[in-house]
Amino acid sequence: MQQHGPAQEQQREILVPQEDELEQPPYLYPDYVGTRLRAPKEPLIILPKTLSDITGPVYGHHKPGELDNDLTRQHEGEPQGQKIIVHGRVLDGDGRPVRNTLVEIWQANAAGRYRHKVDQHPAPIDPNFSGAGRTLTDDDGYYRFVTIKPGAYPWQNHYNAWRPAHIHFSLFGRAFRSRLVTQMYFPGDPLFFQDPIFNSVRDEKARERMISSFDLEATIPEEALGFRFDIVLEGRDATPFERPHA
Amino acid sequence: MMGSKEGLRLTPSQTVGPYLSLGLLREDWSKLVSPDHPQAIRIEGTLYDGAGEPVTDGLVEIWQAAPSGRYDHPADGREELPLEEGFHGFGRSGTEEEGRFSFVTLKPGPVPGPGGTTQAPHVMVAVFARGLLKHLITRIYFEDEEEANGQDPVLRSIGNERVRSTLIARKEAGSLYRFDIRLQGEGQTAFFKLSA
Repeated sequence: MQQHGPAQEQQREILVPQEDELEQPPYLYPDYVGTRLRAPKEPLIILPKTLSDITGPVYGHHKPGELDNDLTRQHEGEPQGQKIIVHGRVLDGDGRPVRNTLVEIWQANAAGRYRHKVDQHPAPIDPNFSGAGRTLTDDDGYYRFVTIKPGAYPWQNHYNAWRPAHIHFSLFGRAFRSRLVTQMYFPGDPLFFQDPIFNSVRDEKARERMISSFDLEATIPEEALGFRFDIVLEGRDATPFERPHA
Repeated sequence: MMGSKEGLRLTPSQTVGPYLSLGLLREDWSKLVSPDHPQAIRIEGTLYDGAGEPVTDGLVEIWQAAPSGRYDHPADGREELPLEEGFHGFGRSGTEEEGRFSFVTLKPGPVPGPGGTTQAPHVMVAVFARGLLKHLITRIYFEDEEEANGQDPVLRSIGNERVRSTLIARKEAGSLYRFDIRLQGEGQTAFFKLSA
């Protein structure tokens, strides 16, 4: 992509290996119809690394409540569906734990219906399931949710389009630059091949990083299946701010 | 998980989808200070798509320094600069009401830039929406900081005046600033790619 900015920045941009581009989705991905009127067309401007993006909201000022990480206990009764444990670690690019960072999730219920006024899918609302959770990672970068396996659901992107089952994840990490919103998928989903959101990540190995793995060790006998989902955020060196070399 | 000397590979980004308010707008985080704060300012705008229609399923997040120019973050070690009690610099606003977002905040101070330069007061902005497979990054600068804006290394790196002007919030009545965000088409907002 052509870039504005000082000549040295353009030079740096050219040196980025091409596979990096394939490991993240592009803004414009016409198969996903929603990108067509929302993807910017002007070239992105290179922003030099400064204090403004190596800092970010990290202190956990908004403390989750005690039941916020158990989506099956937020109502009077138990929700319908397959109870699951979703857990894993949040790491930086060096494999170090990202501690005390907010993890927010939201999802459809077991029937594939979101509890949201815009969702017109005629599958039933579950009065015992809101579909939203949050937690903070611990000192090992570890998080854990108890929830219900979300159903697949139809959408209007193309004829007979169905989203694979997924859970939306939002993470902050240590800095503005490590902010990530992604979706966690389930292993072996037969709907992957026709989903343009999943396939907007063109590198196969990168797509696999969005798929959780079944985890027998986390599985609770006679109660809940376990799924493991580790997340890697940008950020490799947390040493105090130094002015970038000009 | 695979490791290598280049480090772990990042988890790819995916769109927030149309139901983001379920997970991300459970509480109102759009007021970084009380509207009664004597130095409170209000930033308002509308998020538009490439057809000029308001985006009603988007989310705008901001991150900024305190009025002293210091970030409430351990990487900003300039302890001689004061932080504001109860002000952390992060805000979040949905766009469900006709594409409109708004923040009540304090005006940030200038912060250090590359190579000994000083960046004009600015707010970092992340934009999320259905149809955005990864969030967009832009900045809010302030119209009434003309001198500082003229010295700002980021604004100065943008040769095109029209593009540069999309980053400047217009001062309206009193302490109100207007900053519209256009994702595509005529008057598209300047968006950034963070350098590695």
